[in-house]
Amino acid sequence: MNELAIDVRGLVKRFNDNAVVRGVDLQMPKGQVWGFLGPNGSGKTTTIRMICGLLEPSEGEGRCLGFDIRRQARQIKDATGYMTQKFSFWEDLTIRENLEFVARLYNLSKRRQLVDATLAKLGLTERQNQLSGALSGGWKQRLALAAVTMHQPELLLLDEPTAGVDPQARREFWDEIHQLSNQGMTVLVSTHYMDEAERCDKIVYLAHGNILTQGRVADVIQQAGLITFQGKGEQVRRLAEQLKGVPGVEHVAFFGAALHISGRDRVKLQSAIQTLPSDGTHWQEIQASLEDTFISLMQDAGQDTREHG
Amino acid sequence: MKIGASLQRIYAIMAKELVQMRRDRMTFAMMLGLPIIQLILFGFAINTDPKSLPTAVYAQDSSPVVRRVLSAFEQSGYYQLLRKADSPQQGSEWLAKGEVSFVIHIPQGFTRKFVRGEQPQLLIEADASDPAAASNAIGQAKEIVNQALRTESLGPLAYLQTPPAQIDVVIHKRYNPEGITQYNIVPGLLGVILTMTCVMITSMAMTRESERGNLENLLAMPTRPHEMMLGKICPYILVGLVQTLVILGAAKYLFAVPFFGSFGLLLAGVMVFILANLCLGFTFSTVARSQMQAMQMTFFFFLPSILLSGFMFPFRGMPHWAQSMGEVLPLTHFLRMVRGVMLKGNSLFELQQEFVALLLFIVVVGAVAILRYRRTLD
Repeated sequence: MNELAIDVRGLVKRFNDNAVVRGVDLQMPKGQVWGFLGPNGSGKTTTIRMICGLLEPSEGEGRCLGFDIRRQARQIKDATGYMTQKFSFWEDLTIRENLEFVARLYNLSKRRQLVDATLAKLGLTERQNQLSGALSGGWKQRLALAAVTMHQPELLLLDEPTAGVDPQARREFWDEIHQLSNQGMTVLVSTHYMDEAERCDKIVYLAHGNILTQGRVADVIQQAGLITFQGKGEQVRRLAEQLKGVPGVEHVAFFGAALHISGRDRVKLQSAIQTLPSDGTHWQEIQASLEDTFISLMQDAGQDTREHG
Repeated sequence: MKIGASLQRIYAIMAKELVQMRRDRMTFAMMLGLPIIQLILFGFAINTDPKSLPTAVYAQDSSPVVRRVLSAFEQSGYYQLLRKADSPQQGSEWLAKGEVSFVIHIPQGFTRKFVRGEQPQLLIEADASDPAAASNAIGQAKEIVNQALRTESLGPLAYLQTPPAQIDVVIHKRYNPEGITQYNIVPGLLGVILTMTCVMITSMAMTRESERGNLENLLAMPTRPHEMMLGKICPYILVGLVQTLVILGAAKYLFAVPFFGSFGLLLAGVMVFILANLCLGFTFSTVARSQMQAMQMTFFFFLPSILLSGFMFPFRGMPHWAQSMGEVLPLTHFLRMVRGVMLKGNSLFELQQEFVALLLFIVVVGAVAILRYRRTLD
């Protein structure tokens, strides 16, 4: 038995000689929830599309749920649920009609009961005859999630499912994802939200078409080896400008009223802080956050690509 | 089991298309309204046998014989004598300006020569820049004059009677003896209207999905190309049939076009023709990247369909290469079918070639569509 839900190696995708994905290896075991992170244009969507057979890789090969991603796209489509970044159900069909369409395409049995149950679970029974285009963003996403999971796929691919959704709806959405995971579904979800990344078993960070790092959140933070100091006080806003460009200070960012400075060399960071005028700012070393880590990774990756080319 | 699933998917796509069609009021109205408007407009407007054409007379002679000849021109229905020219130049001027289509010249001494049996001449100048517009009137001219003079050559002038010709040519104008244009045009319009709506609607089929952002979702679900094609095409067979019934109803009650053949046979022909056009539209939609492109392709196909199929101009009048091009167009074969069944009472035996041609078209174009169908977003 193949215990990997996704097993792809050396995936490359070029559009007119422009490489969007440049050699992605990904081995994802079944039954987990993985987060797919990275800046816009880093190749997350393209990678997901290659995994579910919507794009043919320019190079590389792999299997999704044991099926060849180049030759067995049909079988993959039967066993996966893919939720697109933009709402892609039919806005001129009602909520019920959309669900029925999907149920018919997957040839699901007891269709009527299934659609009824799905509507009830969504809490949309009353509104089932409204056009889906009239739903708000959060509802659209929930409808889409319900629609792509109706056929009980083994693997769920979610492309930025919570973009533009309010925090309450996001939390509910993630509860739903974990419920599905508890039922045994494997979930790969791309996101820009750090709190969402922290709810994943593992995260994969992609930039410029390459995987920069992957692992559990704590491991990713640790591997980055980033040391962060937090400064609190009345004058931190003025200090931010002074600290930029000081040797050892790789980046400076505000978190609320506090200033975070981070770098990989503790000694240099400490001396940078000591050279500051004493204006009552209180400095303290803290655990680097995932966001600090990502910003640092992204800057490194940006420098790399600039150097390469 | 597998076939069941496949049918289920085709049904799913059909049902979705029908619902979307019903919700898109404007398109729906166009699909039913357009054929009626076009039929009434073109059915009443197009006339390949123009009559009452404006005519000027330049007469240098006046006599009962001349009057008889001129009134015969008027009574034929083709010529409407509107003006008297004072000089040949004035007649030419009117002709050049397009104010008249004909100038009839009666030379001096016309009557005298006629009475003496000297074969007088009579000149008709015709604006033949549009050959079709003038040809029937010109063709009738000799007969009109001879007929008029024959009735004049009675009594004392009986010696002028020409002897009957050696050979009597008998012409049977069959299938449309009165030469009523609408009998030809209205069945033709059925083909033209079906071509336009069927190709246009299905050419939007896939491009609309991609422009509205639904294509990615559609492709992520398990559908095969032929299921998509059938699901997208079938609802519009229904639309085509409704249009057909509307047009045939109008043909009967509005234009009194006769119907000699079998209605069932015509319906079979209509079905095959609709399918051919829908397949072509679907093929366009697999090639086009946007609805705009799909529209352009439709028009690129529509124009030769009208001009080379024999709808507008006589098919046999075209050179061989153009006829071969015309043979590729479904409308060419459909026109032969619909005119054959309605006006000539043709049976399947006489129309088998047209059926074979259309079926071949469906197979080839359908194969292209399935090969061209994009299964990925590449």
